[in-house]
Amino acid sequence: MASITSKAPNHKTNQLSVRERAGKKLSDFGKRWSDGSLGTKLSHFIFGAGNFYHGQYAKGLIFLLVQIGILALMIFCPSINGTPYGWKALRNLSLTHVTEGGDFDPLTGEFTSGSDCKLMVLFGFVTIAMIIIYFMVWNLNINSSYKADEEKKIGKKPATFKEDLRDLLDGKFHVLMLTPTCIAAAVFTILPTIFMIALAFTTYNSQDMNDLGTNLFHWNGLQNFRAVFTGEGSLGVEIKNRFLPVLGWTFIWAIFATVTCYFGGIILALLINKKGLKGKKIFRTIFIFTIAVPQFISLLAVRNLLGEYGPINSMLMDMGVTKAPIGFLGLKPTDSERLAKFMVILINMWVGIPYTMLMTSGILMNIPADLYEAARVDGSTTTKMFFKITLPYVIFITTPYLISSFIGNINSFNTIFLLTGGGPTYTGYQAGGTDLLVTWLYKVTIDQGSYNTGAVIGIFTFLITATITLVTYRRSRAYNEEDTFQ
Amino acid sequence: MSTTGNKKKYKSQSRNRRVSLGVTYTILTVLSIIWIIPLVWIVLSAFRCEYQPDGTFIGRVTSNFFPRAYGLKNFKDLFTATYYGVPGAFPRWMLNTLMIAVIDCIISTFLVLSVAYCMSKLKFKMRKPFMNISMIIGLFPGFMSMIAIYFLLKSIGLTGNPSHPEYSVIGLILAYSAGAGLGFQIAKGFFDVIPNALVESAKLDGCTSFKIFRRIILPLAKPIIIYQALMSFTGPWMDFIFAKVIIGADNAPYWTVSVGLYSLLFGTHPDTNLFTQFAAGCVIVAIPIVTLFMFLQQYYVEGVTAGAVKG
Repeated sequence: MASITSKAPNHKTNQLSVRERAGKKLSDFGKRWSDGSLGTKLSHFIFGAGNFYHGQYAKGLIFLLVQIGILALMIFCPSINGTPYGWKALRNLSLTHVTEGGDFDPLTGEFTSGSDCKLMVLFGFVTIAMIIIYFMVWNLNINSSYKADEEKKIGKKPATFKEDLRDLLDGKFHVLMLTPTCIAAAVFTILPTIFMIALAFTTYNSQDMNDLGTNLFHWNGLQNFRAVFTGEGSLGVEIKNRFLPVLGWTFIWAIFATVTCYFGGIILALLINKKGLKGKKIFRTIFIFTIAVPQFISLLAVRNLLGEYGPINSMLMDMGVTKAPIGFLGLKPTDSERLAKFMVILINMWVGIPYTMLMTSGILMNIPADLYEAARVDGSTTTKMFFKITLPYVIFITTPYLISSFIGNINSFNTIFLLTGGGPTYTGYQAGGTDLLVTWLYKVTIDQGSYNTGAVIGIFTFLITATITLVTYRRSRAYNEEDTFQ
Repeated sequence: MSTTGNKKKYKSQSRNRRVSLGVTYTILTVLSIIWIIPLVWIVLSAFRCEYQPDGTFIGRVTSNFFPRAYGLKNFKDLFTATYYGVPGAFPRWMLNTLMIAVIDCIISTFLVLSVAYCMSKLKFKMRKPFMNISMIIGLFPGFMSMIAIYFLLKSIGLTGNPSHPEYSVIGLILAYSAGAGLGFQIAKGFFDVIPNALVESAKLDGCTSFKIFRRIILPLAKPIIIYQALMSFTGPWMDFIFAKVIIGADNAPYWTVSVGLYSLLFGTHPDTNLFTQFAAGCVIVAIPIVTLFMFLQQYYVEGVTAGAVKG
């Protein structure tokens, strides 16, 4: 038995199942209550009581202040912009009986334009987060007191506040280092993401809010997701008719953009690193130069260069290739969608190839030279060596990059937005011929204010990228052998 | 007999090689020209100084690639003109962006380094969950949460605040730098390569984790610090969507330079004759960024390569 487990990878043997862990938590909890000192028992109700009991006043005070602060927030419900936090925020989360924060008219039973449902949802989640934090601190404070009990039992003095602070620089250094990121990410990344996910289940849509006012909406379950198939709702027709084409084009775009830039970059790197070639540095610098120029400059330059009155069109007209200016980028509704799609992939190569070139150059130089020596002795040709040594080696090393650049291309906003703006457009629809899911998401939320539909598109995008990542990344060496690098 | 055969073979080989080198030169030169043309065109447009017969200045996109006359008028206009009711708007946008970039650079680099160090060299219970959560969060499109961040900042008065429009700059800095810590992967990959034995032996000598970080890790981490600083410093100069949404379309005095330049081309500005001024602005913005990149090229390449291999 022992021999079997010892063969298993190290990180698996330490892990208990969820059930076992929960059981252990519960028994720990019981133990703290039954074995703990009076202070520990009191800590279950008054934060920091145990610390006061053991003479750790500063620590106890911090715990107590957290408790008082959160409880005060819950009970007194301070409000911002007329929307409250606290228990009222939890009640408001239902979005049904809005009495706080808005101009609720008790006579008609309706609310007028003062209430702000998006703030209610937002503050509701903040309050839930506060409750979670409350219980986390509660657990921490009991733990801290119990630890002091244990230390006293074996005759050690409980840590003073100074020692605790010093430990933040050593044993608990990660707490000190991670706290800023955790707070910042919770407020500015996780909370907004959860908020937007929630909006997908509401009627928050500036298109059909006239009956409720501009800031009012309610929950409507899975209706927005159903609209993708049924086409009901104000944006339903748009999302039903354009979802599949946009999704399909997003995939085609991501595949072509990734593959063209990847192999183009490898070929360019091979050309530049060719033996005996002089001026390697000059060529490299020219291509790095194009990376260094901010994308909004280089892409807008290309857009204008190819524009209706731009030099390229006039040159083509002078040469007699075409009579009227060609709409390369689908900026007018009458322009060809296929040409616009081809052009964005082509121009994306211009943007992306130097980047891959830069990356693969380093890898190419690291290929063990004896591999080539051996192949040369065996009489291999250059072409054969490229396909049997160079390419497999580079692909093997850069697989993680290939995956992440595919996902990056699914979310590639700048290229499409700056080049075509999603065009050519179709009358009656937001999503144009070259719109990706992300640019469509942008148009639907920012331009049109259909926050719920935008959130649905965002969730679909997430599901796609998450599936790809889970399938590929979790199998990759980088993830599974992450510990071995340490 | 055999030696002459070898010589012949050698000769033809070296000729082949010269031909293939020649072909490579040709291809690379053509490619370089293709890659550089749009940028050259922008620079030429910035210096274009053409007038119509009736004396009006031509600021539009014109069909001639090379200008018929050169001058500095675009730059002069750019720095003195009033855009969107803001006198001296362009220098102001430049200063805004510089300030945002510097602060963002400091905060972001600090956050990234601290998280990367914890993930790479410290052992604690929440390590793996933290990494998984940060990966999942990273998969949501950034634009999805952008509008939520706007609502959030607005609710605490850090944007769209009628009495303090300048607060939206703080809001933008927060929006840029707050999530930075979750992008620790490249720096972590770099720290992973630093041998653990170094850390262990320092620990045996009684070094605290903080001391190890300051005395051992940070001095070794110079390349990755420079890479992170470069990325977070150049970010605000390149981004315009986030800046536009967070600062607000009607808050022109506090725009970043990219939002300003973009709106010279596509904004509601009545004068559409502004392409050459836009080009001049692009040149002004590109010069410092490109210079930085060129000087710190080596670190940039190192970071990019590390990121590609570690994923």
